[in-house]
Amino acid sequence: MTVPAAAATPPRPRPPAARPARRRASLAGLGFVLPFAVLFAVFLVWPMLAGLWASFTDRSLARPDAAFVGLANWRELAGDAAVWRSLWTTLLFTLISTPPLVAVALAMAVLTQRVAARLGWFLRFSFFAPFLLPVAVVTLIWTWMYQPGFGVVNGALQAVGLPEVAWLTDEDTVLAAIAVTTVWWTAGFNYLLYLAALQGIPGHVYEAAAIDGAGAWQRLTRVTLPLLRRTTALVVLLQLVASLKLFDQAYLMTAGSGGPNYAARPIIGYVFESGFTGLRIGYASAVSYLFFAVVVAVSVLQFRLFSRKEAE
Amino acid sequence: MSATAPAVRRTVRRTPRRRRVTPVGAAATVSALVLAVLWLVPLAWAVLTSLKPEAETTAVPVRWLPLEPTFAAYRSILARGDLQQWLVNSVAVSTAVTVLTLVVCVLAAYGFAATAFPGRRALFALFLAGILVPPQVLIVPLFDQMTALGLVDTYWGVALPQVVAPVFVFVLTRFFEGIPRDYQEAARLDGAGHLRVLWSVVLPMSAPILAAVAIFTFVQAWNNFLWPFVATNDPALMTVPVGLGTVQGAYGIQYAQNMAAAVLGALPLIVVFLLFQRQVVRGVTDAGLK
Repeated sequence: MTVPAAAATPPRPRPPAARPARRRASLAGLGFVLPFAVLFAVFLVWPMLAGLWASFTDRSLARPDAAFVGLANWRELAGDAAVWRSLWTTLLFTLISTPPLVAVALAMAVLTQRVAARLGWFLRFSFFAPFLLPVAVVTLIWTWMYQPGFGVVNGALQAVGLPEVAWLTDEDTVLAAIAVTTVWWTAGFNYLLYLAALQGIPGHVYEAAAIDGAGAWQRLTRVTLPLLRRTTALVVLLQLVASLKLFDQAYLMTAGSGGPNYAARPIIGYVFESGFTGLRIGYASAVSYLFFAVVVAVSVLQFRLFSRKEAE
Repeated sequence: MSATAPAVRRTVRRTPRRRRVTPVGAAATVSALVLAVLWLVPLAWAVLTSLKPEAETTAVPVRWLPLEPTFAAYRSILARGDLQQWLVNSVAVSTAVTVLTLVVCVLAAYGFAATAFPGRRALFALFLAGILVPPQVLIVPLFDQMTALGLVDTYWGVALPQVVAPVFVFVLTRFFEGIPRDYQEAARLDGAGHLRVLWSVVLPMSAPILAAVAIFTFVQAWNNFLWPFVATNDPALMTVPVGLGTVQGAYGIQYAQNMAAAVLGALPLIVVFLLFQRQVVRGVTDAGLK
C-alpha cells in the first residue's frame, strides 16, 4: 500500500515463546488461526506462487491460455533497458527522499518537545495532518501548486526574481518535485515515531546534563540524538522500504505517463504498465519479483546493521 | 519495538517544567511555528483556491485571497454527485476491512498465544515471512486471480486482499502473550471455553492495542490507492482516492473545482483527527512502532 508507514516490519521477529507446560495441545487452536490462514493462503500465498509460475509463461490478459516459455521473460528482463531505468528511478527516489524524510521528522519532533506544551496541539496537527490525506488529494494540490504560470511555487520564485521552473514537465526536476511532495505528505508519520521516543526520555537525564554544564546544543547532540539511535534505525528502515514502493504519487502527478522521458516511472510503474497496459502478466510478474528481491535485500541489509548496532 | 516507546503511551501530556524564556527557547519556538505554517501552506492554498471563482484561479501574479469568495466550486462538485458516492464506498470498504482485519487477526493471535496445536510454530513463522511481501508485488497476479474469481468491480474484491495483514497477527500475539495467564487459567477452570476467555478476559484487557490496530487499519484502507485502483473500473464502486485520481484532469482545467474536490476528499479523516487527536496519534504510533 501507499502510506509509507504501512509495512511495519518488526525488526526482530521471533516465534512466540513456547510454554508447553501451561498449554494443552489440542486442535481447537487451529480453528482460531484458520480464518486468517485461509485469507493468507488465498490472497497472499496463492498470488505469490501464481506470479512466480506466470513469470515462466507467456500469460497474458488478452487471451485465456498460456504456454511455458522457460526463462524467456527473465532473459528479456535482463536486457530490457526500461527495467533498469525504472529500477534506478526507484533507487534514486529512495536516496533523495529518505534523508529529508528522516531529518525533517526529527527536527519537527525535537522542536515540538522543546516548545511550550500549549503549542503542541497546533504543531501535531500541522505536521501530521498531511499524512491523513488520500494520495489523490495530495497530488491534486501539489500538481496545482507546481503549475507553470499561475502556480504558487513558481509565483514565489518570481516574487523573489528567480526564473520559473517547469517542475513536473522537466525531466531534471520531476523526481525531485515528487520527492518534495512526498516529504510534505509523509514526514508526519516519522515525526510521530520520533515524538513517542522523545517523550520516553526521562527529564532527569537532561537535568543531569544541564548540571554538568551542557548547553542546549550539547544536550541535543550528546544526549538526545544518541538516545534516539534505535528509533532512527527503525525510522530509516521503514522509510527505505516505503520509498522503494514509490508509485501512487508518481503515477498521478505525471497523469500516468511516467513523466518526461520516463524520468518519473518507478519500477512498480513499469510493472503496472507491462501488466495492465501491455497485458503481459508473465513479464510483469517477472519484473515484480525483481522488485521483491530488491525490497528483501534492503530489509535484510538494514536488519543486519540494526541488530549489530543493538548488540553493541 | 523501540525500547522507549511503551513507557510513553500513557504520558501524552508532558509534565510541565518551569522554564525561563531563553534565547534558545525563543529560537525553537519561532522555528517550530515557521515550520508549522510552512507545512500548512499547501492546505491553505487548496482551501483558498477552492473559494475562488474559476476565472480568478489563473490570475498572474498569484493572489492568495479570493477577491469574490464563492462556494460555486463546491456546488458544482456536489451537484455532480460522484464524490458522495465515493465517500460512501470508502466508508463501506474501510469499515469492512477494519472489522474483518480485527476479527481474523484477533482470533489468529489468540490461537498462537493461548493454545497449542500441531504446526503452530511453523505457521507463525510463515505469517511472519508474509510481512516482508509488499502488496505491490502481488498486484498483477492478484488481478488475474480476482478476474478468475469474478471479484473485479465488487466491494469484496476491493476489501478482501487488504484484510491480510500478518503484521497485526504478530503485534496482537505479542500483546496477548503479555497478559498474565492466571486470569485465563482461572476462567478456564470455571468452565469457560476458549471463545469465552477471549471475549470476556483477553479482549477487555487489550483495548488500547485493539484501538491502535483499528485506527491504523482504517487510515490505511481509507487512503489505499493501488489495489482499489486496479480492482475497480466502475466509477460507482470507486473509493475516494481512486475516484479523485481517475477524474484528475477529467474535470478539465477547473482549478477551483479540483481544489474543492480535494478539500472534500480530505475532510473526513481530518475531522476525525481533530476530534480524536490523542487516540489517532497513539494508534498510529503504537501500531507503526511494532
